[in-house]
Amino acid sequence: MVRLVLPNPGLEDRILSLDQLESIEEEEASSRPKWDNKAQYMLTCVGFCVGLGNVWRFPYLCQSHGGGAFMIPFLILLVVEGMPLLYLEFAIGQRLRKGSVGIWSSIHPILKGVGIASMFVSLMVGLYYNTIIAWVMWYFFNSFQDPLPWSQCPLNENQTDYVEECARSSPVDYFWYRETLNISTSINDSGSVQWWILLCLTCAWSVLYVCTIRGIETTGKAVYITSTLPYIVLTVFLIRGLTLKGATNGIAFLFTPNVEELAKPTTWLDAGTQVFFSFSLAFGGLISFSSYNSVHNNCEKDSVIVSIINGFTSVFAATVIYSVIGFRATERYDECFSTNILTLINAFDLPEGNVTQENFEEMQRWCNATDPAAYAKLSFQTCDLNSFLSQGVEGTGLAFIVFTEAITKMPVSPLWSVLFFIMLFCLGLSSMFGNVEGVVVPLQDLKVIPKKWPKELVTGLLCLGSYLITFVFTLNSGQYWLSLMDNYAGSIPLLIVAFCEMFSVVYVYGVDRFNRDIEFMVGHKPNIFWQVMWRLVSPLIMLVIFLAFFVVEVTKELTYSVWDPAYEEFPNSRRTSYPGWVYVVVVIVAGVPCLSIPGFAIYKLIRNYCQRPGDHQGLVSAPSTASVNGDLKC
Amino acid sequence: MAKMFKGAENAFKVRLSIRTALGDKAYAWDTNEEYLFKAMVAFSMRKVANREKTEISHVLLCNVTQRVSFWFVVTDPSEKHTLPAVEVQEAIRMNRNRINNAFFLNDQTLEFLKIPSTLIPPTDPPVPIWIIIFGVIFCIVIVAIILLILSGIRQRRRKDKGPSEVDDTEDKCENTITIENGIPCDPLDTKGGHVNDAFMTEDERLTPL
Repeated sequence: MVRLVLPNPGLEDRILSLDQLESIEEEEASSRPKWDNKAQYMLTCVGFCVGLGNVWRFPYLCQSHGGGAFMIPFLILLVVEGMPLLYLEFAIGQRLRKGSVGIWSSIHPILKGVGIASMFVSLMVGLYYNTIIAWVMWYFFNSFQDPLPWSQCPLNENQTDYVEECARSSPVDYFWYRETLNISTSINDSGSVQWWILLCLTCAWSVLYVCTIRGIETTGKAVYITSTLPYIVLTVFLIRGLTLKGATNGIAFLFTPNVEELAKPTTWLDAGTQVFFSFSLAFGGLISFSSYNSVHNNCEKDSVIVSIINGFTSVFAATVIYSVIGFRATERYDECFSTNILTLINAFDLPEGNVTQENFEEMQRWCNATDPAAYAKLSFQTCDLNSFLSQGVEGTGLAFIVFTEAITKMPVSPLWSVLFFIMLFCLGLSSMFGNVEGVVVPLQDLKVIPKKWPKELVTGLLCLGSYLITFVFTLNSGQYWLSLMDNYAGSIPLLIVAFCEMFSVVYVYGVDRFNRDIEFMVGHKPNIFWQVMWRLVSPLIMLVIFLAFFVVEVTKELTYSVWDPAYEEFPNSRRTSYPGWVYVVVVIVAGVPCLSIPGFAIYKLIRNYCQRPGDHQGLVSAPSTASVNGDLKC
Repeated sequence: MAKMFKGAENAFKVRLSIRTALGDKAYAWDTNEEYLFKAMVAFSMRKVANREKTEISHVLLCNVTQRVSFWFVVTDPSEKHTLPAVEVQEAIRMNRNRINNAFFLNDQTLEFLKIPSTLIPPTDPPVPIWIIIFGVIFCIVIVAIILLILSGIRQRRRKDKGPSEVDDTEDKCENTITIENGIPCDPLDTKGGHVNDAFMTEDERLTPL
């Protein structure tokens, strides 16, 4: 076993000793918030981990990387990467009882930058994540009407035909790109603020403020709904989905294993990044949440349970999503086929019902034989079920285009639409709680905020400030900015922070000390599995994933998809490269959190070095005098 | 009659998809249904100015196929000329709904191949529904925020008053020092910097009379 521990003088002074920990709970009762009951804590953690990614990223990855075979790398990496990191964050939070900045500066003052990096990432991710919630709310508000507004195209001014952009693409595309986003054709073209999205954004930040106004005191109550409702809705959708025609096509498509995919490194890289990002590690929120626990809480069991729930939710959501996608693809396929059949029987005046899907090819041949000239003039669409199944099924495209289209084809569509968007709203909101926690608590630890200020004011100012910044996402080019942030703000910095976290706990704090702490808190030392994972396997995997991810991202050309009605291949999106100044933004967005780690370390080293000549004076002018009554005055 | 259809610019092709529209309840297309169709077309023409005298016999059908599709023309009372296409088109468009309903079909299943269907604009409520829902939810949230802030302020005020009251009573307790013989019985006064009252002061060396 690797027994390397870096020298860390003064660690004992910065952290509570185990004896102090025993009595800490009465002392903290008035000053530090704590969970009302275990259920609140578990629901909050589960809610933070389970988010939009489980619903719209995992199913797509699963399907595109060999279906059922993808489960293998996913489950393996869940066990060797996700669970150990989760246990580590829970245990260190419960032991040191501070937010992320407090924890890392307790371990070693130089490491404060790790906490600051977590804070920046939580902030940046929170900004764009809440905008997505605003879009979900917009769709939710629009779901209370029949027929749904994205089920048909609006008419143009002359009332003679549908709006051209809509007729060429589809009603759902038009509703998303034009009536919701009113998207411009380039990120340069900012346009103006779209007032309807601004209203929804206001609502989203207000709801977030209501739920986080007093920290875990209020979020603890909110999670009873936001963490449980998605599961109820998913179950309802599962039942509804499985009874739709074509659902089995979708599920078969999802789970059919293609074992050759396992040989490709990109499959393992995607599985690793999905496990990592899905667990919401390195945001600092989980550390903060577990620091409110009682000292002897069994964090080992918690981490295993949360990991299992997270994995199960991903698979469950994937099944539900793909049953509905299978339904939509089958509907599309049937429509495509019907159009072809219609073309044939209209041209040859055959009675209806003579040509069906089964005898279509036979009839085609017969018609060709009867009248080749007329037959040659006909054009048939290619109907391929697989291509319908693999259409644009991840991210916002899944939720706002593909799924909404599927919903319009179900009976009682407004009900399904309302349920679906409430589920997305709850999933997003419960993840936002963790982000807010990951920003507010470090700000308090950094003493940037005066202690007198009540928590309501701090959260209020944070929400207000973030709200004003997110005006950017309500512009015509807002969606392009959001994709940019999504790709670069929440990826590389997190991987670096996670690696630093592991390294700090195992080698700076000392894994032996950590083991003793856990034995004190939980009752038994972590077994050999955890030891191997923490010391060797997980950091190695983190490093490999980070390097691979970094190489892939850096070598990729920076392009983005643009919705341009003037494009020849409209309604496909056009891929253009970003303008030059975007590179600067990317470097700032990804670089500032990463650089704050070494940056702060250097700053601390310089300060220590400058203070050293002054320290001698301190030693001289501190005599210890004995007083008459025996107290030692130092 | 085939002569009429030679000048086919005034003829219209009609296509019905009865099975698609009605499924099992589909009726068979026979001469009676054709009679009804002629009646509907004649009815539509009678609504046009100057054509009030159109009779069913002026509507001619031809080329009825199994699909079901056929061509038709409308002749003038002399039965020598066909009516211009524009007039027929206008008449059919005006009464499209009535014609559709007579056959239990709609614009997609009863097609007049050269006549575009008038699209029904989606009904727009005066206030978009989404604003109503947004208004309701936003008001609830604002009320909740105000209530939470007010209760937080009240809690804090109560807490501030609470410890200060406790402090007062503690001070009072400290101030009740037992006094014996006029001398406070707190010899080892650890408040710091106090004179040790166990020793008599200069003034009290002599007991008072």
